[in-house]
Amino acid sequence: MIEAGILLLLCQLAGESVVRAIDIPVPGPVLGAVIMLGFLAFRRGVPASLGRTSQDLLANFSLLFIPAGVGIIVHVARLEAEAVALLAALIGSTALTIVVTALVFVGIDRLMGGAAQEPGA
Amino acid sequence: MNPQLDALWVYLQANPLGWLTATLIAYWLGVKAQRAAGGRPYVNPVAVAVVLLVALLVATGTPYQTYFAGAQFVHFLLGPATVALAVPLFQNWPQVRRSVVPMLAALLAGAVTAVVSALGIAWALGASAPSLVSIAPKSVTMPVAMGIAEKLGGIPSLTAVMVLLTGITGAVIATPLLNALGLKDWRARGFAVGVASHGIGTARAFQVNDLAGTFAGIGMALNALATAIIVPLLWQW
Repeated sequence: MIEAGILLLLCQLAGESVVRAIDIPVPGPVLGAVIMLGFLAFRRGVPASLGRTSQDLLANFSLLFIPAGVGIIVHVARLEAEAVALLAALIGSTALTIVVTALVFVGIDRLMGGAAQEPGA
Repeated sequence: MNPQLDALWVYLQANPLGWLTATLIAYWLGVKAQRAAGGRPYVNPVAVAVVLLVALLVATGTPYQTYFAGAQFVHFLLGPATVALAVPLFQNWPQVRRSVVPMLAALLAGAVTAVVSALGIAWALGASAPSLVSIAPKSVTMPVAMGIAEKLGGIPSLTAVMVLLTGITGAVIATPLLNALGLKDWRARGFAVGVASHGIGTARAFQVNDLAGTFAGIGMALNALATAIIVPLLWQW
């Protein structure tokens, strides 16, 4: 666990540092993930403790959004005033985005002949 | 109130321990509730937890800042968890490599659709200018979305709420919506959910299927980049 913690934090730290040093619009943790990917490719495998810790973290990923989400309490007034416009935009746009993204993915995949190797699951 | 109980309450309310524990319990109850509903997406653990915690804050008259002082320890883990996405990405690398072209095409289409359709609908229904800026980056992961809104004169904490609601919406509607379309490819399903509804959608995808979760994580990461470029460009225009 300690080993995994060190690896994760080091990669995040490296990501955050690079993003600040060269001022690119990429979030630090995303670059940190790229750095971690490079490390795993170099090592040609996932250390057992990192595998376990990552699985635990990702299995409870949604827990991590709760503290910021409770911040909804601060915006109740504005949400009430514009509830219809904002909710319609949220729901409509999210549904449309899921549909467009999935259809383009499958369409291009088929064009490229990827359907033959479809996992089928 | 009994003075001892009163002292206990003052301790619990002022100390990070109380709100941290409350956050974990609220999430645990949310997960239980979803299991009780047979794992159906309509009962979302985040939504349940947020409703419970907001009710508790309102009932006890606790300001959000006091709550966050405790809950920030959970919030902090967002960074390391994002880094941890590299692990399933590495484990599923052969699948990922084969899907690079469809992914990039879907990313471009999805990122533009997310921003333009949100702006279009909100504008048509008369949303105010600050709300429009705040809703534009709603599909990307929270810290990035807040950064975009701030740069363009939106309200970052309102964006955080839009991001949360978008995530829950995506997690709730993705399964029935994609089933209705008859899409069975876990890569496409996961990727779409990640692009449209970031980490909360990704969390849902990992619940359903590991490969879908991996592609959702990639979709989330790529859309964070794409939207950070697209929204400021659209604004200049």
